[in-house]
Order: sequence, then C-alpha cells, then structure tokens
Amino acid sequence: MAKYKGINQLSGLDRVVVGLMVVVPTLLVVWLVWAPAIGSVLLSFTSWDGVGPITSAEFIGLKNYSDVVSIYPPFWPAVRHNLIWLAVMFLVATPFGMFLAVLLDRELRGTRVYQTAIYLPVVLSLALVGFIWQLIYSRDQGLINQVTGSTIDWYGDPRYNLWAALVASSWRHVGYVMLLYLAGLKGVDPSLREAAKVDGANERTTFFKVVFPVMAPINVIVLVITVIESLRAFDLAWVINKGRNGLELLGTLVTSNVVGEASRIGFGSAIATMMLVLSSFFVALYIRYIMREQS
Amino acid sequence: MTATASQASEAPRVRTRNPLATRRGSAPGARSRRGRLAVQGFLALMALLWIFPVGYALLASFRDYAYTAEHGYFSFGGFTLQNYKDAWAQANFSQTMVNSAIVTIPAVLLTLFLSCCVAFVVARFSFRFNLALLGLFTAANLLPPQALLIPVYRMFRATEVPFWFSESGTLLNSYWGLIAVNVAFQTGFCAFVLSNYMKALPRELYESAVVDGAGVLRQFFQLTLPLCRPALAALATLEVTWIYNEFFWATVLLQSGDKFPVTSSLNNLRGEFFTDNNLVAAGSVVIALPTLVVFFVLQKQFVAGLTLGATKG
Repeated sequence: MAKYKGINQLSGLDRVVVGLMVVVPTLLVVWLVWAPAIGSVLLSFTSWDGVGPITSAEFIGLKNYSDVVSIYPPFWPAVRHNLIWLAVMFLVATPFGMFLAVLLDRELRGTRVYQTAIYLPVVLSLALVGFIWQLIYSRDQGLINQVTGSTIDWYGDPRYNLWAALVASSWRHVGYVMLLYLAGLKGVDPSLREAAKVDGANERTTFFKVVFPVMAPINVIVLVITVIESLRAFDLAWVINKGRNGLELLGTLVTSNVVGEASRIGFGSAIATMMLVLSSFFVALYIRYIMREQS
Repeated sequence: MTATASQASEAPRVRTRNPLATRRGSAPGARSRRGRLAVQGFLALMALLWIFPVGYALLASFRDYAYTAEHGYFSFGGFTLQNYKDAWAQANFSQTMVNSAIVTIPAVLLTLFLSCCVAFVVARFSFRFNLALLGLFTAANLLPPQALLIPVYRMFRATEVPFWFSESGTLLNSYWGLIAVNVAFQTGFCAFVLSNYMKALPRELYESAVVDGAGVLRQFFQLTLPLCRPALAALATLEVTWIYNEFFWATVLLQSGDKFPVTSSLNNLRGEFFTDNNLVAAGSVVIALPTLVVFFVLQKQFVAGLTLGATKG
C-alpha cells in the first residue's frame, strides 16, 4: 500500500502515462455526454431556431417551457404515455421477472431450459422486438387477428398501440429483470435461509423479510434500470410509427423536433432538459448508492 | 482497505456468478410433490410463451407469402427460402452487415481499452477525485441519449473534418462520429465493472512488479490486462451485442442509406402501403442471427457481463 499513496511517487514518464489514461477518456465523455447535457439545458432558455449562427440566440427565460406545456399538443400525451410505460414496467414487468427468478431459483428439473427461453429476448434490440411483434399484431396478416377474427390494427390504432408496444417491451424487460434477480438470489448466503427456516419462517416471509432486503444492490439497480429505460423508451415507438398517433413519448418528441421536418431547437431542448432533470434524480440515487458501496 | 481484502476473495467468483450455472446441494426439501409439479408446469408454460414470438417469426420466415395469404398461417405448406433471398437483397444486408461491423468492432475495442485505462487508474492509485471520476463515467452511461441529441447533432454537423476521414466532410453521417458516441456512452459501465475487478487483483503482484522496476505501462499491459481476461471477455460479448443493437444514435447520426447499420435497414422491408410479413420475418431472423450466436455460444460470457456490474457487493 505504501507504494501507491499518490501520484507524487511516480516517475516523470509514469506520471504522464497515468495522466493520459485519465484525461483522454474523460475528455471524450465530457465532450459527448456532459457538455451536450449542459448545452441542452442552456439552449432550452434561448430562442435559437437552429437556422442562424448560435450567437444569434437570445435569452428568453422560461418561454420554451411555458410554450411546451401550453401550446404543444403532443406534450401531455407523451408525459402520460411515459408514466403509463413506467407504471407497467415497474408494477407488472419487474415484479413478474422477479417472481420468475424466485421460481427458477428452486432449480427444479428443466430450470436451465426455462431460464434460457425467458432471457432470449434480452439479446435482441428493441427495434427488432418491434418488428418481431409486428407478425403478431399486424392487421391483415397478424396472428391475433387470424385467431380472433378481429380487424384491429394493433400498432396503428391509438387506442391500442401503446399497450401493444408495452406487451412487446415487457417481453424483453421481464427476461432482463429475471436474469439480474437470479444472479442476486444465487449470491444470497444460504445460511440466512437456513436460519429463517429454523426460526419457523415460511417461504414467503423468508423471501420478503430476509432475502429481499439482502438483495438491496440488485433492487437499486433494477429500480434505476426500470425508471431510466421507461424514461428513455424510444426504439420501439420509433420503429412502429415514429412515435405518433398514440405512441408519443418524450424521447420521440425530442427526436422529431430535431431531425424531423421542422427543427424547433428551443422546444426540443426544453423537453430534453425535463428528461435530464427527471433522470438525474435517479442517476444521483444510483451513484450515491454505489459510492457508498465503494468506500 | 478492508474492503479490498474482502473483495479479493471475490475475483475468482466472477465465473460462478453466472446464474445459469447450476447450484448444487439445494434440493427443495420437504416441498410437496404437487406444488413442485405446478411450479414446473407454470415455468414450462412461461418458457413456451416467451419463446413463441421468436419461433413464430422463424416459422413465418420460411413461408411463401402467396401461400399464407391464401391458406392463413394455420396451414401446412408453402415452405420456401425465397424470403431470405429477397430480404437479403431488399434490405441490402451484404452492405449493412459490413457497416455494422465497421461501427461495432472499433467501438467495442476502443470502449474496452479506454475503460481499462480509467479502471486501472481508479483501482491502483488513490487520488482524491477517484470516486468522482468513476461517478462521472457511470452517470454518463445512464443519461437519456435523446436529451443530448440536439447539441451532439449540431456539434457534429458543425465539426468539419477532412474528406479522407469522412466522406460527408463533417462528423455527421460519419462512422467515426457514431463510434465516438457509442464509446463515450459505454465507457462508464465498463470502467465501473473493470475497476471493481481490478481492485480485487492481489496487491502483492503489483508490489513485486514495482520492485522489479516495472513502470506503469508494463504494469498495465503485461500484468493487469492479462489478468482481466475473463472480465474483458464478458464485457466484450455484452458490448458487441449492445453496440450492434444500438438504434437511436445510428438512426439520427447517419443519414445516407449506404451507411446504415443492420438494425436500421429493416425499414427497407416495409412498404409504404403494403408489408409482406414473411419477408420482414426473414429480415428479422437475419438481423437477430449475430446476437443469437452470442446467445447460444457465448451465453456464459453474456450473462456474466450483465450480472458482473449488478452483483457487486
């Protein structure tokens, strides 16, 4: 330990090497993640329309925000959809994945085959998931309509398409959560369960009072992943219909405001900033947690 | 540094952390036989349900559109390979597969190299800002990419680069721009996992290396990197899958069709008014193929990579 107290004990060359090893990756991340994050926040207070030079931007305070919430029709639907998305992932998909992990952890015969099948969707991209489910949802050739004889356009009808997308998204999320919890359950010290059993606790009590609290690190990670993924949900909605007509999400609104036909930088930045603020709360929670673990 | 001592025993457990590995000696005890059968039946049903969409796509991909249109999907016959031929040509897979490789391979290598650098410094030297540094990288991994889109897009469009570097003359619509974004986003996760792994390496190795007069570079390349091979293999598998699957940045930063990676080429199979679902199915199978190879061949690495970051502590 004495040899690694600090950089002062390194030779000149080593000091340069260590410096480069930190500075190069840091610059990259600052350039492409942190500077843009700050940029989004700053732009959201300006009138820049993206046409003229950036020096022509004027500070207009909160006008973009008040415009977004008052005169931009897709905004509130998008907020509602993101909240529904979060609710379904958090209240349905995540507990179900955890439930499957608990069952699989019993190691009954065939467990390996089952868990392999359930985590298969995790290796697929969400964009691809959208296409695969199209075979089931399509109006004229889809499986559901063939079986039930209905003529609902599951991806097109704004009454149903959000739910259709949520089923597809949950299909993948359940596998992911299952995998994380399964790893967590394997890491739980078996003697804890033994002790609970000796104390006469039944299985449910053991899980909720002993096993679940011990898995705190996994719980935090799953919570953060669920929230962040729901907030930045994009791929699925974008491949289905570019996030329109019932599938508006914050992520797709920002994107269509930038690369779409009309580029409204101020609007887009205001929504982007809202996403940043919302996510940074959970990112901070996560960082604080891992920092405590580290030190 | 008691934490390090307790972590040292964890390094060899990285492999055993694989939840797909069977834990022995945990027979369910005195659980009733009927209950066990019920659980087993339920799990089998779920497994079938989960595999169904992929199996259905696979089946549909081998069927002739005219046949299924006439007889429906609950029929037998009309099997063909034509969908694959058509999908390959229409989605321009011979080009887009190469494009995906051009983006994925350098991005994964760079990500791993840079995160090894960060992790090495964080793990081996105790600076005051070490934790802050790790936080800076890890948080970057979690921010919603859409929220950074406008500045990145504008910056790339305004960054002029020589034409030998990018045909478009800017970082927009250039592979290097996309690679850089992917690297910047993924470095956080890998650096975090690797720094935990490196902290668990035995300290004595480094002390004797220093006694032998090995500089930082030799400690890094000849000592640390070889020891991190299991973690690097797991992360490489995971990152190849993630970057190959990456959709958002590829969609917004690349603009000319001949540059699109595989994931965004599926749209070519969807007509404006009519879509042949069997053709889409064949295209989906082709796109899924590399990740399915990961799934079946490198499953252990993939799962280890995913859970390595999650199960620390």
